[in-house]
Amino acid sequence: MTMTDLQTALAEQNYVASDDLAVALQLALSLGRPLLLEGAAGVGKTEVARTLAASQNTKLIRLQCYEGLDAAQAIYEWNYQRQLLAIRAASESGETGAAVEARIFSREYLLERPLLQAITQDAPPVLLIDEIDRADEEFEAFLLEMLAEFQITVPELGTIEATSKPIVILTSNGTRDLSDALRRRCLFAYLDYPDHQTELAILMARCAEIEERLASQIISFVQTLRKEDLEKTPGIAETLDFAAALMGLGVADLTDDPAVLHNTLATLLKTQNDRAQITTEVSQRIAGKAA
Amino acid sequence: MSRVTKFAGRDPGPLARMSGFIAHLRDNGLRLGVRETELALEALTHVPAAEPELARAALKCVCAGTKDEAQQFDALFDAFWMDKGRVRQKITPKIQPKTQQDVHSSRDGDGADTAGGAGQTTAPAGGDGEADMDGEGKLVATEMRNLARRDLRDLVRPEDIAQAEEVARRLGAALRDRRSRRRIAARRGDRLHFRKTIRRSLATGGEPLTLFRKKRPDRDRKLVALCDVSGSMSVYAQVFLAFLSGLMRCDPTSDAYIFHTRLVRITDALRDKDPIRAVGRMSLMADGFGGGSKIGASLGQFADTYARRFVDGRSVVLILSDGYDTSAPAEVAAALAKLRKRGCRIIWLNPLKGWKDYQPIAAGMAAALTHLDLFQAANTLNDLAALESELARL
Repeated sequence: MTMTDLQTALAEQNYVASDDLAVALQLALSLGRPLLLEGAAGVGKTEVARTLAASQNTKLIRLQCYEGLDAAQAIYEWNYQRQLLAIRAASESGETGAAVEARIFSREYLLERPLLQAITQDAPPVLLIDEIDRADEEFEAFLLEMLAEFQITVPELGTIEATSKPIVILTSNGTRDLSDALRRRCLFAYLDYPDHQTELAILMARCAEIEERLASQIISFVQTLRKEDLEKTPGIAETLDFAAALMGLGVADLTDDPAVLHNTLATLLKTQNDRAQITTEVSQRIAGKAA
Repeated sequence: MSRVTKFAGRDPGPLARMSGFIAHLRDNGLRLGVRETELALEALTHVPAAEPELARAALKCVCAGTKDEAQQFDALFDAFWMDKGRVRQKITPKIQPKTQQDVHSSRDGDGADTAGGAGQTTAPAGGDGEADMDGEGKLVATEMRNLARRDLRDLVRPEDIAQAEEVARRLGAALRDRRSRRRIAARRGDRLHFRKTIRRSLATGGEPLTLFRKKRPDRDRKLVALCDVSGSMSVYAQVFLAFLSGLMRCDPTSDAYIFHTRLVRITDALRDKDPIRAVGRMSLMADGFGGGSKIGASLGQFADTYARRFVDGRSVVLILSDGYDTSAPAEVAAALAKLRKRGCRIIWLNPLKGWKDYQPIAAGMAAALTHLDLFQAANTLNDLAALESELARL
């Protein structure tokens, strides 16, 4: 698959990918390497994986990382309740110990968590490891091992080999530095806020029924807003919400009604300080420029 | 394409060009190995490599590993491949042995000062380190610093070290990390250890007679201390240096640095078995002691080099400085922000804070405040000992 094919396939799923990203994705597919995506919140990192899975017609398996994520949540866990029940039932029916043990430590009693699921599919799925920077370093180290070997060892059961190599996409918001070892094993792409053209294309793809003039105004407005000194810069998701809100309220032009515009800013500005900083006057000034 | 670099006729081919390019990136600070060269070549077979922009994108996602590197990459790519049609004569640069300061070897005694890539002028103590100097300009600056040499042995007495060792040990104990993720089997745990309980219950016919428990274990935190030894700090240096040597002696995972206008790693020197000889080795490294200070530059250098290797989420970075700085305050803030991103805790102990009516108005100090987890006064060993309860709360 060439990079243009991939770009078209993603565009069919309403995802506008830049050339850099498309090349990175294509290499990730053809080289079989994990792809690490970094960038500010709301630039569509998670969406990449979702769209890629849809365009390749495979399953998306998602592992959301958080502080305290451990093996039991990421890989597998024994289904203890079922095991207890099975032991009870066995003792009623007078089964022997060895048979019971063999039975309750079989795949049937294993709860598969995302990582194990990802390597035991028939067709290679897209494995999204979201916000890897939130997980702790031990987990990162474990992940490295899994990404290199594609096998998981369960002490009671033996080693489970991968039946399919998943397409791995990792995302990071950069809240902490990832280890060099992890970075070296991955391809890397940095997603920035899109330029005017790209963002307009995204908006048009996502909200087909929007008028082009309003769309262009919205994008100019958001792009200018991003240059303001904000605590939380609005991402693409926020732009889409903003557009949806304006359309829902039947606004045809940003400069029409200052009060409505100011109220819809709730979709773009997510902290108290940002709200206070962008007053009605400021939003009018920006809207005036955008129009 | 006229913009693309031409290569000399005797050039051995695309393989050598690629390794030349990787060497070019490596020279510019990207950390790449042989595997990346292979991967880069392989990547080019998957894109139409004759199109410079696609080749650039492909090489970028292989070679760059961080946002900064990705931004730097474009310029480096242009410099190598898009040199306005100039003929590149030598594609594989001569390999120069470089001392890499973020790679630590247990064998050489000079894990210390190679600041700014300049030549070393002081032979590291107890070492066979050769003093390689390149560039006369650097030498002049070093001579200036040498004027300010002072023997730290006058400052640090053995009984102080013994006492400091005790203080450092207690501080280390207070800094337990309680955030361990995995639970381990423990007699008095907060949760049931299901796996173990079930396993053992098989022996009693599936009846879980004994319940096993698990808990989160305490983990040690790594203490990394950076001590300012500039002129304005010399009165306090005695306490702090004793503390550093005490810390090094009691905690094998800790790490120590001193800085004035440069940053010096003194961990290896301070681990010397003889405490007094350790201080002697340290003073050999610390020439320039009592001079001016560049806190911002030193911290920045630390964040870029040693911190990448030695500082992680379990580290506590202890900065001992008065915050009087000759570099721009923004530099301190930027360095701390970068350090902060490694997930560590940052504690700043400022001897001046003990003064009545002290306000952190020195520009550097004011800029730093937002990035600190704890900002405390300390100018005697007793003050340091009193920190124990504060640290336990972190």
